[in-house]
Amino acid sequence: MADIVDRSFEMREAAPGPQGPGVLSFAVTWLGRWPLAQIALYVGTFAMIAYLWTNLEANMARLGLTPGFAFLNHAANFGIGEGLISFEAGDSYARAILVGLLNTVSVSLVGCVLATALGVAFGILRLSGNPLISRLSQVYVEGLRNTPLLLQLFVWSTLLHLLPNPRQALSPAPGVLLSNRGLFLPSISANGWGLPILASAALLLALQGTWLTRRRQSVGPAPLAVVAAATIVSTLVPFAVALLAGIDFQPDVPALHGFNIIGGISLTPEYTALLLGLAVNASASIAETVRAGILSVQTGQWEAARALGLRPGQILRLVILPQAFRVIIPVMTSSYLSLTKNSSLAVAIGYPELVSILNTSANVTGQALEVIVIMMATYLTLSLAVSLAMNAYNRRNMRKGGFGR
Amino acid sequence: MSLVDDKPPALLDRHPLLKATLGTPGNAAITLALAILAGLLLPRAWDWFIWNAVWWGSAEDCTAASGACWAFIGEKLQFIVTGLYPPEQSYRAYAACGLLFGLLLVSTSPRLWGRGLLALWIAGIGGAIWLLGGGGPLVPVATDKWGGLPVTLFLSISAFLLAFPLAVGLALARRSRLGGLRLYAVTFIELVRGVPFIAILYAATLLFPLMLPEGAAIDKFARATVALSLFVAAYLAEIIRAGLQAIPNGQYEAAQSLGLTWWQATRLVVLPQALKTVIPAIINLAIGIFQDTTLVAVIGMFDLLNAARVAANDQVWLGFYTEAYVFVALLYFLFCFSSARYSLWLERHLNPVRRH
Repeated sequence: MADIVDRSFEMREAAPGPQGPGVLSFAVTWLGRWPLAQIALYVGTFAMIAYLWTNLEANMARLGLTPGFAFLNHAANFGIGEGLISFEAGDSYARAILVGLLNTVSVSLVGCVLATALGVAFGILRLSGNPLISRLSQVYVEGLRNTPLLLQLFVWSTLLHLLPNPRQALSPAPGVLLSNRGLFLPSISANGWGLPILASAALLLALQGTWLTRRRQSVGPAPLAVVAAATIVSTLVPFAVALLAGIDFQPDVPALHGFNIIGGISLTPEYTALLLGLAVNASASIAETVRAGILSVQTGQWEAARALGLRPGQILRLVILPQAFRVIIPVMTSSYLSLTKNSSLAVAIGYPELVSILNTSANVTGQALEVIVIMMATYLTLSLAVSLAMNAYNRRNMRKGGFGR
Repeated sequence: MSLVDDKPPALLDRHPLLKATLGTPGNAAITLALAILAGLLLPRAWDWFIWNAVWWGSAEDCTAASGACWAFIGEKLQFIVTGLYPPEQSYRAYAACGLLFGLLLVSTSPRLWGRGLLALWIAGIGGAIWLLGGGGPLVPVATDKWGGLPVTLFLSISAFLLAFPLAVGLALARRSRLGGLRLYAVTFIELVRGVPFIAILYAATLLFPLMLPEGAAIDKFARATVALSLFVAAYLAEIIRAGLQAIPNGQYEAAQSLGLTWWQATRLVVLPQALKTVIPAIINLAIGIFQDTTLVAVIGMFDLLNAARVAANDQVWLGFYTEAYVFVALLYFLFCFSSARYSLWLERHLNPVRRH
C-alpha cells in the first residue's frame, strides 16, 4: 500500500495539465501540437453515433415505434412478483421500473450490510492463531473467489427450493422459519402511527448512544443518573405517546396456518437466494481486504497495546481495527460498487429487480434504446451515489483521527 | 533450587500444532466444537459424494439411490463440455479446447514471452475459430451451435486479445496532456465501469441490431465478444494506468535525453516496464473475466455453466442440478485457483527483491 501512495505523489508532479499560467497556455496544452487529430476523433465519434441514430430511427419507424420516453406512461400488462410498493398489471411502466429500482436498492443495501459483517468476521478469523479456524476461513474465501457468482446464485436458488415445504419448515432460531416458500422473520405489527413511533424511538436511542459515546470521549463516563434519564426519555416518551393515542403493539411471529406460513416479515426464496449469494460472495473479497488492512498495521501497535495490559479482543477493537479501517474503507467502496452492479444477475434467478423489469419492458414495448439508457443512467447514478457516500465517510474518518500522521 | 527447569517440556509445548489448537481453554473449546461439527457433517458428505453415489447406471438407479448421481455427469459429459455442438463433430470442440489450453500452458513460462508467442496466440485463435466454425474439409457449424467449455475459453481469450491494444491506448490517453483525448478516455472508462456487464450485453443484443442498416446483421456471438472486450478494455486500462504511474518520471527524461521521441520512449522504455509490473493484476482480472463470461447465459448463449444447467433440464435426467453445479464448480475452481497461484508465483518471480 505504501509504495502506491508514494508513487502517486511522483505521478502528481508529472501530472498532465497546463505548463504555465493563463488561458492561452491552458488551451495550447489541451489542444496539443496537432489539434486536428483530437477534433477528428470527436467528429468521427459523433458521425458514427449520428449514422447509428439514423439507422435506429429508420428501423424503429419500420417497426411502428417512436423514439422517446412516452411509453413510460403506458399501462404495463405484466405482473411483478414482489416489491416494496404495490404493483398490478395495468399500472404504468414508470411505476414498474420504480418497483425494480427499489428492489435493486433494497437488496444492495441489505447485501452490503450483511457482506460487511460476514467479511469483517472472516477477515479476522483468517488471522486467528488457531490453524483450524484460519484454514477454514481460507477455504471459505478461496472457494468463493474461484467460482463464478452466477453459479453461486444458481446453487443458493436450488438450495432454497430444496428446502422442506411450510409444514416441515426449519426453524434455525425461535420465531424464524425457513421453507421452500422463503425466509420468515418475526416483526412487530401496530395500527395507525405505530411504526413511525417505533422508528422514532429507535432513532432517539441511536442518537442517545452516539451522544453518550462522544461525551465519554471528551469529558469521561456520564453519571448513571444521566444515562438513566436519557434512556427513559428516548424509550418511554414515544411509548407514552403511543399509549395515549391508543396504539396497540403486537409481536408478529410467523406461524403455520393451513398450508402456508402467515405473519412476520417474509422474504421470498428468490430474494433470499439473491441476498445470500451477493452478500456471501462479496464477503470473500471484503475478508481479504480486512485481512490485508489488519496486516498493514505495524506490529509495534500490537506490542504496545499488550504492554498496556489490553486483552486480545480489546487490542483488536480499540487499537488495530480503527487504524486498519483507514486502509480498508477505500477498497471496501469497490466491493460495495461491485455488489450493487452484481445485483443485476438477479435476472437469471427470477428476482424482479431493475434489469429484469427493464428487460421485460424492452421485450414487450420494443423500446430497446430508451430501456438501455434508463438502465445505464440508473446504475451510473447508483455507482456515483455509493462512491460519494463512501468518500464522505472516508474523509470524516480520516479527519476524526489523525493517528500516526 | 535449580534455576533451570529440568522437567521435559509438556506435550503441548513440544507440538506447535497441538498448542495452537488446544493451548488455551478458548481454543480447545473451538477445536472441540469444530470436531463435533465435522463428525456430524463429514459422514453425510462422504455418503452423498462417494458411498451412496451412483457412478454408473440409469436415471432410475439414481432416483432410487440417496447419494449423488455421477452417472448423470458421465451421460451428459459431452453436452456439458460442448453444449449444442453437433455430437458427431464434437472432437473438433475438444480439439479447440486442447489448443487453447495448450497455448495457456505454454504462456505460463516467462522465458517464452515475446513476439513469437503473440503470433502463436493469434494463430491459435484463428485455429480455434476454424476448428469450431469449420471450412475447407470441416463441415461448417453456425456460431449459435457453439457451446460449453470452448465458448467460455474462446470468449475470454479473444476478448482479452481484442481489449489489449484498446486498453493500452485508453491508458495512455487518460494520462495524456491533450485534454480532449483525456476526456474521451475518462468518459469511456468510467461509463463502462459504472454499469454492470449485463447492461453492456443487453446493449449489444437488444440495441445494437436496431442500429444497423436494414437487412444488415452481425452475428450474436461476435457482438457478445465485442461487448466483453469493451468491458475488459475499461478495467484493463485502469490496471495499465496504475503500471504507467509506477514508472518514475526519470525514465521518460532519460529516454528523452537519448533523443527518443515520445512514441519511442513509450513503446521501448516505459510500456514494457509498466506492463511487467502489472502482469499479476492482469491475471487476476483475467480470472474475474473468465468467471464473468457465465453472464452470456442471460442472452441465451451456451457457455459451460449454462450448458451444465440445461443438461439437468433433460426429461430423462431431470433435476440433477446439484451434481451439475458441483461438477462445473470444480472445473471453475481448478482453473481459477491454479491461475491465482500462478499469479502469486509470477509476482515473486518477476520481482525477486522487494523494493521499499
